[in-house]
Amino acid sequence: MKIILNGKEDILPEGITVAGLISLKKINPDTIIVEYNYELVKSELWPDIFLKENDRLEILRLVGGG
Amino acid sequence: MEDVLRIGGQELTSRLFLGTGKFSPNSLIPEAVRSSGAQVITVALRRVDQGSEEENIASFVPGDCIMMPNTSGARNAGEAVRIARLARAAGYGNWVKIEVITDNRYLLPDNFETIKATEILAAEGFVVLPYMSPDLVAAKKLVEAGAAAVMPLGAPIGSNRGLKTRELVRILIEEIQLPVIVDAGIGRPSEASEAMEMGAAAVLVNTAVATAGDPVAMARAFGLAVEAGRTAYLAGLGATRQYASASSPLTGFLSD
Repeated sequence: MKIILNGKEDILPEGITVAGLISLKKINPDTIIVEYNYELVKSELWPDIFLKENDRLEILRLVGGG
Repeated sequence: MEDVLRIGGQELTSRLFLGTGKFSPNSLIPEAVRSSGAQVITVALRRVDQGSEEENIASFVPGDCIMMPNTSGARNAGEAVRIARLARAAGYGNWVKIEVITDNRYLLPDNFETIKATEILAAEGFVVLPYMSPDLVAAKKLVEAGAAAVMPLGAPIGSNRGLKTRELVRILIEEIQLPVIVDAGIGRPSEASEAMEMGAAAVLVNTAVATAGDPVAMARAFGLAVEAGRTAYLAGLGATRQYASASSPLTGFLSD
């Protein structure tokens, strides 16, 4: 299954959830902001969202900036 | 009497805003914030780099500070609005620094798109502080759009070149009824002090502190300089003259 993750195509196992993806990519879930198809998704809902073909996911984080 | 800067319903006693970029290590940030006295701290939002372990910058910002995400990376109003909404929805408050840039060499802001983004976000209840080129017409439009302050650049971002836009910033301070916060380019405490002597409401500094030999000491120097400049502004600077004007009486000399 192909999705667009942070602007790039990524091939993922069928039936994976947002929480599963975060775990698969070894991303620390404590400090990230997830936007699923242009909508912010709170962390409580990550296990409930099953990714579909051509979904767009942005995984963001606050960093130092001026 | 206490000198307070009011922005977005908040009362600030420090007129130094501090950015969090380029610190190495980031663990210096809390110390720099404390030694500077800064109360408004800027951060940015970026895609997670899957290959590297990144620190949570929010954990370095003292809890009593106002965290102000910027919209750096936005190339138009729509992208700036999206970043602002995401940061607020994620729980990072309603202050936002609008930064819309398409010029990669000088990183000069797009005032037109900045005005559009300000209008949208101010209507949504954000406290909007737009980074801008110091143009009076654009600043007036930002006021109409609902900005909480305007933030003209002193020199290109990260250049440490100082108040190159001095005359234009002066006009903004004179003509705009909102706080004018000089953002970008300030490289030395003396330049921050000068901006404050001119009547700027505050200055935002990042690179000059973060890349100093001792960032914590430099943060303190900037805090002192901003306070000195502000105090001088409130005191009212004496007139400048072309020729000498004796400080001591010109009568009663021994030779008289």
